[in-house]
Amino acid sequence: MSNNVFVWIQQAGGKADSIGWEALGVGRTVANDLGGQLAAIVLGENVAGLAQEAIQYGADTVFVADDATLTNFRLEAYAAVITKLAQEQEPAALIMGASNAGLELSAYVAAKLGTGLAADCTEVAVEGDSLTIVRPALIGNVFAKVTFGDARPQVVTVRRRVFPVPEMDAGRSGEITNVGAALAEDDIATKIEGFESAAGEVSLTDANIIVSGGRGVAGPEGFEPIMALAETLGGAMGASRAAVDAGWIPYAHQVGQTGKTVQPDLYVACGISGAIQHLAGMKTSKLIVAVNKDPEAPIFKYAHYGIVGDLFKYVPALTEEFKKRLG
Amino acid sequence: MNIVVLVKQVPDTAQLSKTVDGLKLMEEGGPRIVNPWDEYAIEAALQLKEAHGGKVTAVSMGKPESAEALKTALAMGADQAILISDVAMKDGDSLTTARILAAAIKKIGDYDLVIGGRSAIDDNMAATAIQVAALLDVPQLSYVAELKGADPAAKTITVVRLRESGRETVSSKLPAVMTAVKELNEPRYPSFIGIRKAAKATIPTWGVADLGLEADQIGAAGAQAKWQDVSLPPVREAQVEMIEGEPEEAAKTLVDKLVAEKVI
Ligand SMILES: Cc1cc2nc3c(=O)[nH]c(=O)nc-3n(C[C@H](O)[C@H](O)[C@H](O)COP(=O)(O)OP(=O)(O)OC[C@H]3O[C@@H](n4cnc5c(N)ncnc54)[C@H](O)[C@@H]3O)c2cc1C
Ligand SMILES: Nc1ncnc2c1ncn2[C@@H]1O[C@H](COP(=O)(O)O)[C@@H](O)[C@H]1O
Repeated sequence: MSNNVFVWIQQAGGKADSIGWEALGVGRTVANDLGGQLAAIVLGENVAGLAQEAIQYGADTVFVADDATLTNFRLEAYAAVITKLAQEQEPAALIMGASNAGLELSAYVAAKLGTGLAADCTEVAVEGDSLTIVRPALIGNVFAKVTFGDARPQVVTVRRRVFPVPEMDAGRSGEITNVGAALAEDDIATKIEGFESAAGEVSLTDANIIVSGGRGVAGPEGFEPIMALAETLGGAMGASRAAVDAGWIPYAHQVGQTGKTVQPDLYVACGISGAIQHLAGMKTSKLIVAVNKDPEAPIFKYAHYGIVGDLFKYVPALTEEFKKRLG
Repeated sequence: MNIVVLVKQVPDTAQLSKTVDGLKLMEEGGPRIVNPWDEYAIEAALQLKEAHGGKVTAVSMGKPESAEALKTALAMGADQAILISDVAMKDGDSLTTARILAAAIKKIGDYDLVIGGRSAIDDNMAATAIQVAALLDVPQLSYVAELKGADPAAKTITVVRLRESGRETVSSKLPAVMTAVKELNEPRYPSFIGIRKAAKATIPTWGVADLGLEADQIGAAGAQAKWQDVSLPPVREAQVEMIEGEPEEAAKTLVDKLVAEKVI
């Protein structure tokens, strides 16, 4: 067993998802505390450039599997490479971003290796030679502290946008090792038949700024001022379940327990009361602004700034003001 | 098509209120419900059975009261249910649970598909069903938002998976495991006849001995991830600052503050 830390760098089309760099930053700290090396794992096709990038973001070494069977994320194919690497190299920890792909990949690999898993962590620390993590449970209503048994690697996924992307250092150098794919195409039971990109649509989980509307927008056209403010700020548009269930806006926009969990720098809640299930998805946003005509609305207990008033008057005024300032 | 559905009983988070916080809810339990995502799993299993024939078996690991969750599955239309309950299974982690569920599925035998929920609202791991797939060594289809078609004779299934970057259509060999998201369907309400049937049903309970598991593979002894303590989320110190005034004036004040906070 080693003290080394492995981090999977999620990518699509040769471009890294920033959650991979966030995980790499966590890996850097953990590797330093354990006194080990930090290795990045890059899987895909034509991803050599990414390996170099991983070193610049802090990896000491990179394992690359560049193969046509790995072009798109497929659980079995990806998990087989990482499982094999972990068996050969015996890292102390394996860290990934808690994206959908990271959650399934980490779970599958941990089961194959028979090791402990902590998903969607918001704090990661080293105590002695083992990790201690904190993660939200009960949809954010409690926080659990989790420690690991003796099995290695300890497998951790980190929540998106909680940990900073490390600074890039173009001068860093490191060793790149090519490893092959672990499964041949014929041994992979799943085939990707098609992909409908969500590019240009809502990407709530990535957004720095989210402007959301609830029942208070009173109809599909009520989302127009919400949209205008979101666009002015270069942000995404969210919604409460009440608005989604009413059919005013598609489910993809729903924030909360049964929707998306988001953590933008700025969350503007308009005509949203602040039910516990909505809060579950957004209350860890860095700054929360609420516009609601009811001064008793629970959302004000979680907001940093509040405006009591009609959203149809205040939201357009905000849009105008931002337009002036942002030129 | 024979389908096993993984059903977990969880605290009802709708009970959370000013007086019932997360810790109280976890301790006291209160009214417990079928994990919301598992309802989509049950509905998907029933729809596949209606289209292709076969049998739906609902399986739950948990305290004896988890039988209630299984009764809901039976009332919705599942053919049979099995409760896995044993004190030796206490204080496990996602992998010990997956070991137990995988052993139960093997004992049930002759399955084409296992369906679970995206995640359980109590532990929020989004891992257990996926780990079941790894242990059974069958393909795993996560975040399924649409069933495109299944061919039990050819042993194939095609689904649409929800990824952050878009919707992916995937075909897979069967048997396989899949997990359901909300978009997959609208779970049916139990029928009156279903409820009566479920009330009368006896649900077999399996323990460690029935599954042939080693004591150090399950429960607290087998857990490699250990929940040390659970606490309430840190209370935010910041008090809300109310912005007063007419729209233009309030907008100016707020924008000034947000610019100063450097979020814009
Ligand atoms: C199992 C379960 C899961 C759930 N999951 C989710 C989830 O993922 N996400 C989610 O959001 N909810 C979820 N809910 C629903 C949640 O409990 C609430 O019902 C929902 O969030 C309420 O939405 P809302 O705030 O838009 O509506 P309401 O609670 O009706 O609030 C509307 C608010 O708008 C204000 N308002 C009205 N008109 C105006 C105006 N002109 N200007 C300014 N303010 C105005 C009102 O004062 C009020 O505060 C879930 C519930 C359950 C039981
Ligand atoms: N104790 C259990 N009994 C039956 N199914 C379970 C159990 N725990 C988890 N599952 C299944 O695994 C899914 C994911 O759970 P989790 O990994 O706990 O978030 C759930 O939606 C269930 O389908």
